[in-house]
Parts: sequence; structure tokens; C-alpha cells
Amino acid sequence: MSKTAISPTTPFLSIRNLAKNFGAFRALHDIDLDIHRGEFVCFLGPSGCGKTTLLRAVAGLDLQDSGTIHMGGRDVSHASPSERDFGIVFQSYALFPNLTVADNVGYGLVNRRRSRDEIARRVDELLALVGLPDQGKKYPVQLSGGQQQRVALARALATSPELLLLDEPLSALDAKVRLRLRDEMRSLQQRLGVTTIMVTHDQEEALAMADRIVVMRDGAVEQVGSPEEIYRRPATPFVADFVGHMTFMDAIVTGPGKVRVDELDLVVANAAPFAIGTPVRLAMRPEEVRTRGIGAETPNRFEATIGDLAFLGSFCRAHLEPTGSRATRIAADFSTNAMRDLGIVPGQVRAVAFPPEALHVFAGDGR
Amino acid sequence: MSDLAQPLPMTDTPVKVAPLRISERHVAGALILALCAVLVLIIALPLWALLSKSLEDTQGKFVGLANFVSYATTPSLFYSLLNSLLVASATTLIVVPLAFLYAYALRRSCIPAKGAFYAAAMIPVFAPSLLSGLALIYLFGNQGILKSLMMGTSLYGPVGIVAAEALYSFPHAMLILVTALALSDGRLREAADAMGTSRWRIFRTITLPGARYGVISAIFVVFTLVITDFGIPKVIGGQFSVLATDAYRQVVGQQNFPMGAVVGIILLVPAVLAFFVDRVVQRRQSAMLSARAVPYVPRPDRRRDLALLGFVSLVALAIVGPYAIAFWGSFVKYWPYNLSLTLSNYDFAQVEPDGWGTYANSLMLASLTAVIGTALIFTGAYLIEKVKLFPRLRAFAQFLAMLPMAVPGLVLGLGYVFFYNAGWNPLGFLYGTLTILVINTVAHFYTVGHITALTSLKQLDGEFESVSASLKVPFWSTFRRVTAPICLPAILDIAVYVFVNALTTVSAVIFLYGADTKLASIAIVHMDEAGAMASAAGMASIIMVTAIAVKLLHVGLDQLVFGRLQQWRQR
Repeated sequence: MSKTAISPTTPFLSIRNLAKNFGAFRALHDIDLDIHRGEFVCFLGPSGCGKTTLLRAVAGLDLQDSGTIHMGGRDVSHASPSERDFGIVFQSYALFPNLTVADNVGYGLVNRRRSRDEIARRVDELLALVGLPDQGKKYPVQLSGGQQQRVALARALATSPELLLLDEPLSALDAKVRLRLRDEMRSLQQRLGVTTIMVTHDQEEALAMADRIVVMRDGAVEQVGSPEEIYRRPATPFVADFVGHMTFMDAIVTGPGKVRVDELDLVVANAAPFAIGTPVRLAMRPEEVRTRGIGAETPNRFEATIGDLAFLGSFCRAHLEPTGSRATRIAADFSTNAMRDLGIVPGQVRAVAFPPEALHVFAGDGR
Repeated sequence: MSDLAQPLPMTDTPVKVAPLRISERHVAGALILALCAVLVLIIALPLWALLSKSLEDTQGKFVGLANFVSYATTPSLFYSLLNSLLVASATTLIVVPLAFLYAYALRRSCIPAKGAFYAAAMIPVFAPSLLSGLALIYLFGNQGILKSLMMGTSLYGPVGIVAAEALYSFPHAMLILVTALALSDGRLREAADAMGTSRWRIFRTITLPGARYGVISAIFVVFTLVITDFGIPKVIGGQFSVLATDAYRQVVGQQNFPMGAVVGIILLVPAVLAFFVDRVVQRRQSAMLSARAVPYVPRPDRRRDLALLGFVSLVALAIVGPYAIAFWGSFVKYWPYNLSLTLSNYDFAQVEPDGWGTYANSLMLASLTAVIGTALIFTGAYLIEKVKLFPRLRAFAQFLAMLPMAVPGLVLGLGYVFFYNAGWNPLGFLYGTLTILVINTVAHFYTVGHITALTSLKQLDGEFESVSASLKVPFWSTFRRVTAPICLPAILDIAVYVFVNALTTVSAVIFLYGADTKLASIAIVHMDEAGAMASAAGMASIIMVTAIAVKLLHVGLDQLVFGRLQQWRQR
């Protein structure tokens, strides 16, 4: 892929000011996005957020109303799909049912002036690559869902496209198959180094697979960042809530780096520029609630009653009621180890603490 | 990062961009444009000619609604409108309840031999409509073997028309109702049973409401079929004139084209109404049944099953009987006095100058229509459904493709006369040729084939075209390698439907045939007019046998296609 003259800092895919409406519905607006060569990018968001519309605009399957798309330095804003260079995999597999697996994989090779032997060799290579050697003679209907999606992947990669587009490729599969194929697709992508965009509504999938995640909401980009950034430093309450679990609390700013929730005075590490007396929203991940090694010096220490406990396998989710504050309930995850070591049971009153660096402060108006 | 990653282990460097000599967009645009042009030529312009002709006098001068006024004030013409309404209403009242019960027996009971009863009720579809008229004449006409049962009432008139139309329209109503009754959620019945609901109440509160859209649809379809049918009133109507025979008389007999056009437009009204009712009904019907519904499976109930079996047997006999009698009659020397058998009635040249040639013409027309029509209809449906370019043009083509459903054959035939026979039309040389018969027949039966094609195309994964585009395979390759092979059963369905209808139709082509393109179905009308009823029945029987044979061939071919040629369907 080094044969192109573009410098490594130039993005491979560059989207500017993209917008699209379906009637009065704003499907996409103000989309600016750069994707670099070899990156694995996930478009993540709830249904109707515009992630599939954006993917189809990149593919040229549904053209945008305005804005530009550059691919490999070339303006493809108005190019038809066949004038762009990409392979695509759909949730429905979209395999041709009347063609064998081998014919499906070789479908894009046939009219590229390749000899029959060459095509057959390439098809074998690809089938081996996706872990389906010797399945070429079967018809799609004879394969399982996971196998069919591998064939679709092989077909999309057959013409060695510069860009691989995955439209919810794992959503139609069983949980177990989904996990396995997820890892395989990720390692395959890393081995081939093909620039990849995947659309998904599954945050876990996005966190596990992507180099970068583009979180979308109501047709706009909400946040772009690495999985860790998105998880640790959500830019908005929406991202905080959509990716992972988050407890939200209403609070008032009482000083620089200080907020109050009901009767609790808390210190926050990431001091936000809010004036004293401003109502804000405080957010906190359940797994960040501390209950071990709390001393008198520990900041944000308080007593809380353990409410109901839900057993979730490797951990338990508890609801905490801070003493003296009936209104606020805080979700806290305790590992099975902690549960056993500390003997946590419902109704118990325990000392817990919020680490100041784990508290996120957002403006009070919901954004 | 880009330098670290290796591309696939390649056998050679890939060809990055396949050379696209012709842009797909241009090809798609040209094809859609061509489709629109064809549909305008074979559907829109003839209809426009009919509409404008109704507003002109015989000299071609614009006279506004004067023709309609003179129609309404001419008693003889106005009475045929009333006659038509009477006959169509009476037939509808008789056929729909019978067809409902028949369909109910086939869908909701455990009577034996459902397949045979279904087939028996379908027989009228395979014969020209006027064969049912001829059959009734054999039974109850002046020389009928059961004439005494008429107790002095004349068959030739409203009684005969209603009876024959009932026979002819029965399968159309039954088909709709069988489909409507197939759509039912078995869990509703189970819930009602669990609450101890009486059978009559279940019928009233679950079965009937569930099928109500089908009933409405059937009512309109039967009414339209009857009011626009030409063959039956022609052979059995006697002096009782109806709209369809009036249109024929005005145009062919009196050369009064404007008045013919007026009658045509009046005939258009119920058909257009039926069309829109059907559209609404279809939408409601599909919305009624959720994807989670469990189909109802009837359980045996001795008393109900026996009663229904008796009813179904009677109806089946009443349908098959007359056709069998007509078939027999065509071999009889001199009905009813000399019942010995002969083949002389099949020596058509004795009564019809073109003789068996008309049958050859019919076969030619049906084959050409099936091949050309199916190719046009399926490709057209593909362009409309799957090519995502030029949305306005495609919407226009879709509108034109749905139009023939709302246009009775007789009306379309009139439109063709006015359009292709007009002095200014450079296509006038087509008039009287086999070509115009083929074009007209394709247009006449376009919509049903179009809907079949659309339904089957909609079942395909919507992303086939996207995948092909990403692989730089042009859409016509995917059409040839994937879409058409998968839709082969639907393509066969369309071809057989068009073939059978081209064989049996009279209404449109009766205005269009020429000296050497006379069709068998038209020869039947003429032989009957000449008093050679046995020969008319003989020719009608030949058509019926041919149509049934083609249908059986289709069933066999379907099994072959599903079984051996399309192994990919099996797991």
C-alpha cells in the first residue's frame, strides 16, 4: 500500500461538511471526518443516528445532498459506487444464493481479464484466509450464518480494495459466533492493513475492535476518539451514557473543583470552568466506586447503605443509598472477589468513596 | 502504519480499476427511458386517444361533453347501462357468497381432495368466457336437454348472461378469497376456543372480519369482470343489450367512433374504481397480519366437513358439468336429436374460411406474447425495482405499468382502434397485423405479470446491486447471473399467465385483427353468429385443452426447475 505517493500524514478518507436529508428529516449534518490509511474505525450510535447513511455515502450507494468526500486524494463526492474502490459486507450477508461459495468469492474477479486458473487460485487463497478451505463447492444455504459472513468477507476482499466497509456485519449472528468472528475479523484486518469502517450499535463491539470510534447522534458526530478516550473521557453525557454504564447525579458547583450532591460535598479532579452556584450533572462509572482501603484521609469518602444486589456473573451491581440522602441512588460494581472478601450483603452500611479523577462534570442542561 | 501492513498474499498485482467502457448510469438511463417510451406507446397513448375521441364528433371536431349528453338522452343506449348494472350486480350477489363458502371449505375445513376441487373451480380460467355461454345453451337453450327446467323462461337474455357470467367469474372470486382466508392468525381462534366461544360467533367476529378485505376485493373484481365482458352477452344475450355489446355495435357495426368511446369511458369507471379499492385493500390486508402470526390449521369436524363436502361437490359439478357438456356437444352430430359422435364439427373450414388457421394464429400470438411480453415485463420490473437511478422516470414507468389493471380489454381495444387507426399516425401500418395483436395483448395483461415480477424481485436481498457495484460488476451482469436465475419460477408464472390469457381473450383483439390474423377466439364468435354452435364449442374446447395442457406443462417444469436445475434452493 506504499505505492501511492501520498504522504503518511494525509488522511486516506476525508469527509467535509457532509449533509443529507430525507424529506424533513436531517439524516446527516455537519459531518467532518478524517480516516487514515490502515485504520479500523467504528461508527457507533443508536438506530437512526445516521451511521449507516454515512457509510452508504462513503460507498456512493446513497449520495449526500452536500459536502465532499475525498478518497486517496481523489474527489469521489459524486462518483458512482463502481468508480470508488471498496469492498462491502452487509448484515444480511447478501450472498448470491444461486452461485457456489467459490463463484461468490470470485464474482468480482471474473470480468477483470484474469484467467480461470488465476481466479481459482485467488479464491482458494481467500477461502483459506477466512478459515473456510475446501468449502468452495457448497451453496450459501448449506453454510451456517457465521460461515456465510466469512464468505461475504472473502468476496469483499477478493479485489484487494483499499477500503473495507462493514455494515453491522455481526448483528445477525449468535452471541458465541459473534465473539469469535469479531476477534478473527480484527486480526485479519490488522494483518492485511486494509482501511476499514464498521457500522455498529454495539458499544462493546466497537470498543473491542476499533482503533478509533466515531460516536454519532441525530445525524451528527458526537465524539471521535480511541476506545479508551471514549470510555474514560466521554465528551458529552450522551457518549457517557451510550458507552458503558454511568450513574448521573444532579449537583451544584460550590467552589473551584468542588461540587455538592444533596448533602455530599465532593472534590473533582478535572475542574470544569463553571461559576459557583451553577447546576451541573455529575457522572460516574459503577466500577469506579471504591470500597476497599478507605481511610479517614480518602477524598470523597461517605457512608452508604447497600441496596438491592444484582448478580451478573463476574461481578455484582449494587445500588448505594448515601446516608442522609434518600433521593440519590448510585450504581456500584463490586467484583466477586470483593463481595467475598468484604462480605457485602444488602442492608449493610459501608464506607465508600468516589475517586476525584473518576468524576465527570457536565453542564446541567443535558448536553 | 501503511508500510507495515502487507496486502493479501497475491499471485500478481491486482487490476485496480476495471475499464468501464460504457457508463452504467448511461445504460440504465437509456433502458429506463426506453421502457417509459414503450409503455407510453402501448398504454398511455391509446387511452389518451380514447378520451379525446369521446369529446369529438364524427368529423373529429371538439364538442365537449355533447356525446355524453346524447348518450344519456338516447333511451336505447341508456338502457344498456342499466342492463349492465343489473346483470353485474346480480352475478356479484350470486358468485361472491358461493365463492366464499367454497374458499372457506378449501382453507378452513378438512374435506378430502382439496386439490381436485381447487382445480375444478379453476377450469373457467382456461376457456374463452363465451364457452360458458355455449355450455348453458347446450343445457337450457332452445334445443337444450334440460330446457324443461327453465319452465318457459328464456335463457337468451339476463338469465343466461348472469348464469354464464357466474360460471366464468367464479374462479377469480375464489382465488382472491382463498388467499384472504389463508391469512389468518391461528392463535386468535385458539384464544376464542379457550374462552368457549360459539362457532357462529367465531365466524362472525374472527373469520369474517379477517377476510373482509378479500370479500370487498372479490366483489369489485367480479363486478368489473362481468360489466366489461363481451363474449357472453354476445352469444347468449339475445336482444338484451349491455355496455360491452353496445361498444362493439357502435364501433364495428355503425362506425360511430365517438359514441363507442363514450361507452368505453363508462366501462372504465367501475374498473378504475375496482383498481383503487384493490390498492387500498391490499395495503390493509398485509398490515393486518403480523410476522409473528401462526397460520391456522383446521382440525377435523365430521358434521361441518360433511356439509361442506356436499356443498363443494355440488358447486364443482355445476362448474365442470357445463364445460364437459359443451366438450361432448362439440363431438355430437346434431344436438339433441342425433347424439352419435363425429369429428365433422372440427372441420372448421366448413363454417369459417380460415378454419384451423385461426388456431395457428392464436398459438402464434400466445407464444410471441409470452416470450416478448415476459421479457419486457420482467426486465421492466427489474429496472423499476432494482436500478436506483432516475427516481422520477421510474415512478412514471411504475404508474404506467399499473394502469392496464384498471382498463378492461374492450376499452383498451377501442383505444388501439382510435390511436393506431388514426390517419395521422405513422404506426398505422401496424393495424390488422400480428404485431399489433401482440402489442395489445402484452399491454392488456401487463399489470398482473408486473406485480408477479415485483413480488419476486422484492424477495431478493436489496443489497445484491450494492455488492455488485462495489465489485465493479455492471448491473446487467448481475441481472443475468443472479437475478433472472433466482426469479425463474416467477418468470415461468408470468409466461404461462400471458400465454393462457392471449389464447382465451376476445375483448381487445376483436377490434384489431386483420384478414389473415383472425384468432381462434374470434372465430368462435363468428361461427356462433353463423349458427355453427358445435364448431364454436369445438374451437373453444381446443383452446381450453391447449391452455390446460400448457398449465400442466408449467407445473411439471416448475418441479424440474425447483428439483434439479436449482439445487441451491435445497439445504
